[in-house]
Amino acid sequence: MARLLPKKDAVIIGLGWTGAILAQQLTEAGLDVVAIERGPWRDTATDFNIGYMQDELRYAIRKDLFLNPVLEAMTMRNRPDQTALPMRDYGSFLPGHGVGGAGVHWNGKTWRFWESDFQIHTHLTRRYGADKIRGLQLQDWGVTWDEIEPSFDAFEYLCGISGKAGNIKGALQPGGNPFESPRAREYPNPPLKTGYPPMLFDKVARELGYHPFPQPTANLSRPYVNPLGIAMGECTYCGFCERFGCANYSKASAQTTILPVLMAKPNFEARTECEVLKVNLTADGKAAKSVTYVDARGVEYEQPGEMVLICAYSLMNVRMMLLSGIGTQYDPATGKGNVGRNYCYQTSCGARLFLEGKHLNPFIASGGMGRTIDDFNGDGFDHSHLNFVGGAGISCDPSNGRPIGYRPTPPGTPRWGAGWKKGTVEGYQNAMNIGAQGSSYPVRENYLDLDPTYSDRHGRPLLRITFSFPDNDVAMSHYMSDQLEKIAKAFNPKSYSVARIQKDWNSVPYQSTHNTGGAIMGENPRTSAVNKYLQSWDVPNVFVIGASAFAHNAGMNPTGTVGALAFWAAKAITEKYINHPGALVHA
Amino acid sequence: MRGIVAGILLLIGTPAFAATPIEEGRYQAVLGDCAGCHGKDLAGGVVLQTPFGRLVTPNITPDRQTGIGGYSSADFRAAMKTGYARGKPLYPAMPYVNYARMPDRDVDALFAYLKSVRPVRHAVNVNQLRFPYNWRFLMRLWNLVFFHTRAPAPSNHGAAWMRGEYLVNGPGHCGTCHTGKNLFGADSGPALGGALLQGWFAPDLGGDHVTGLGGWQASDVVAYLKTGRNGHSIASGPMAEAVENSTTAMTDNDLEAIAVYLKELPPPAARASQSPGDVEQMKRGASLYRVNCSACHGLDAKGEGPLVPPLTGNAVVNQAGADTLVRLVLAGSQAAGTKWAPTRPAMPSLAWRLNDKQVADVLTYVRGNWGNRAEPVAPGTVGDIRAALQGGR
Repeated sequence: MARLLPKKDAVIIGLGWTGAILAQQLTEAGLDVVAIERGPWRDTATDFNIGYMQDELRYAIRKDLFLNPVLEAMTMRNRPDQTALPMRDYGSFLPGHGVGGAGVHWNGKTWRFWESDFQIHTHLTRRYGADKIRGLQLQDWGVTWDEIEPSFDAFEYLCGISGKAGNIKGALQPGGNPFESPRAREYPNPPLKTGYPPMLFDKVARELGYHPFPQPTANLSRPYVNPLGIAMGECTYCGFCERFGCANYSKASAQTTILPVLMAKPNFEARTECEVLKVNLTADGKAAKSVTYVDARGVEYEQPGEMVLICAYSLMNVRMMLLSGIGTQYDPATGKGNVGRNYCYQTSCGARLFLEGKHLNPFIASGGMGRTIDDFNGDGFDHSHLNFVGGAGISCDPSNGRPIGYRPTPPGTPRWGAGWKKGTVEGYQNAMNIGAQGSSYPVRENYLDLDPTYSDRHGRPLLRITFSFPDNDVAMSHYMSDQLEKIAKAFNPKSYSVARIQKDWNSVPYQSTHNTGGAIMGENPRTSAVNKYLQSWDVPNVFVIGASAFAHNAGMNPTGTVGALAFWAAKAITEKYINHPGALVHA
Repeated sequence: MRGIVAGILLLIGTPAFAATPIEEGRYQAVLGDCAGCHGKDLAGGVVLQTPFGRLVTPNITPDRQTGIGGYSSADFRAAMKTGYARGKPLYPAMPYVNYARMPDRDVDALFAYLKSVRPVRHAVNVNQLRFPYNWRFLMRLWNLVFFHTRAPAPSNHGAAWMRGEYLVNGPGHCGTCHTGKNLFGADSGPALGGALLQGWFAPDLGGDHVTGLGGWQASDVVAYLKTGRNGHSIASGPMAEAVENSTTAMTDNDLEAIAVYLKELPPPAARASQSPGDVEQMKRGASLYRVNCSACHGLDAKGEGPLVPPLTGNAVVNQAGADTLVRLVLAGSQAAGTKWAPTRPAMPSLAWRLNDKQVADVLTYVRGNWGNRAEPVAPGTVGDIRAALQGGR
């Protein structure tokens, strides 16, 4: 029998980016908030020691900061007619674990999805006609650009994003991204210094008529004090961002931007190493009354709350809803059900070039010091005569030159022995990488549900992922491979290779931790799990916040949009919901 | 909601709004930093490592059995101002020598405040000193010899200086850490001239430009005490606690008064110029600095804005005793966090990757470079501090 605890105004599940933002905003509004986090406490001072943080073996190879599948695994299959099997190790994507979540070990790239993304169905239908997107389950998100723009701004100033605006209130800005949607003001900090490979990319891209610009990133180009008064440091270009916590207070995370203020508040409490098992509903299923969680000693508690905010990783958000009976399971056979729908991923390909006689010094790196072109992203280019919709950001962004993981060798190099050693010596300084990070659009048969066979250590069914790359996205990605080839040739490299995506998703090699959808936001409770304020249609005192709400995934890293949605939901809760609890949108 | 209430109480706790003795007393507790030794809940149990053994601070909540619930206001005044708690002599780690300067009205207000806090039942075995210091009656003798309430300051100073002098030498009891002590634990040597205590070297607060506050403006002093940092230094170690528990909650007027007083402290006696380490040691130190320190503190030692203190123009670097520096390198430290500067950045422990000689080399380099001029650090000193840290002493 779970021990019953005193009621809180808000119970937050997960203390990562979204949980920390919601906790900060709700406590500012005077609410009494508890965040319940499965993983351990982590902070810069005690956990990200500058002296050992660059331990590649510990953090990048043995994945010290990531979720261990012993705690929660998932099953996967490519098509609904297959039997899913559990992933015994996380490979294709690496969910975070502990306070700060995946926001601890991200690279820092902080994009805004575009105006056309939030109304993608309307936009594409208007431009190309309904036939163009037949077979894709594209939906408008329910929120408009003008509504969400201030929330992007809030997240960027919280983080101190380094970047160059391309479009301020409709006026194009030299040096920025001409394809981005209008923003209210410049980034809080200038772009990072650019490494040598992105400078070469910038030159070639310009010669080809494209529009390269510095990536917006949460690695800071100069010391910064954010609106909460928290100080951050200047990036040292050490190249240990992705898979690592930042020891320099230079990469935005919950730790470096929110927690020092949040943890000092008397109306906030964080309980770590406490795993929420489910959200408990009232008998009629119309309201959440509490969450049940188990602490590190195995003791079970029931924590009542006026509202419950599900702020875990996107895939776990969906699973928590399904385990708790919030919303109805999506069925690909009928297209009915609003939870598990529109699961998307990221459709990426890359080119590797070997230039002669260069010293590219890949160890000088940061999570987002590269250059990007958006000439082929989203609907920034005309798809009238193409057999797909969507696109990719094409970037040269060296994020590390670490000794174990980064061993590029020219095609034809032996895989071991003296030949391999010689190849790695040459390749380390001469290899250059260009990537195309492509959109992922929803189709009927890609979805999430609970696995019928496999369960976790608490006996709860695992999440089952059914996913293969949609034909539309394969065509898009192959088109991007062609563009990469064209760019690669313009470098006159000694040799190059271009990867082309396969239809079947392989869960083993690392690809991207940009899993989106499953609890999507939208205008209709039959086709979305949450309304435009991230509020559950079915249980209005539950909000589900994260990339789970993305109705599709764009050709950009998702965190900027995740942060914006968190501020957007917090605004709705503090300005509307607290005074008038209940459904904020009536369907 | 609770946050809002706490905020309002904090506001009321300043003299400008003071209405009741309890609220006046709350501010006296801030000035006297009661929480620094007696704990945030004032229930005591904080261990003070003294040269004479362990002292454990008593419970000063109004619990009748284990706290001061049975005290009369006369009892409390006697404890605060004469060093006798209901007839029993206190150890002078309790700064009654300083508190003796407080007007009775303020002591009574403090008592009213202490009577209002939540009583905590917490029995403390205070006296864990070594023989013969554990003979409490010896303190009667100590009081006869060393306890002379200092005469009020001469009146040719302005009101701000007078207030600052009172705060520093009265309730603020800054000299408890910053003034040297003799064999008997009584003040000795130049007032506020810097001293070693509990493994930290509390810096010289005098006007020297290298070891003291000579390079600070009065506004720097205020910023440091209020926010925990300024352009020269960041509070860490015991001073971080003093900032968080006490100075950050003082009024701007009081902080400005302290700054006025400290900035007018008499200049110290001229110091003999220190010679840096030998050339080879400085070379080794420079190399170690580049690898281990420069990413944050900078090759020019200018630090990084509000996060990382500079190592040039920073008095902590130049103290006669290198104990604080050695300790920072070996054990690391976390800076004070205040409402105005909440970040609490940390210096990491480097004990596991630098041996005693390397620590000595890099600190000798730091102490003899960029305008710093403090004595070289010997590996033996590092070894002693490492052993003390490992032994938990």
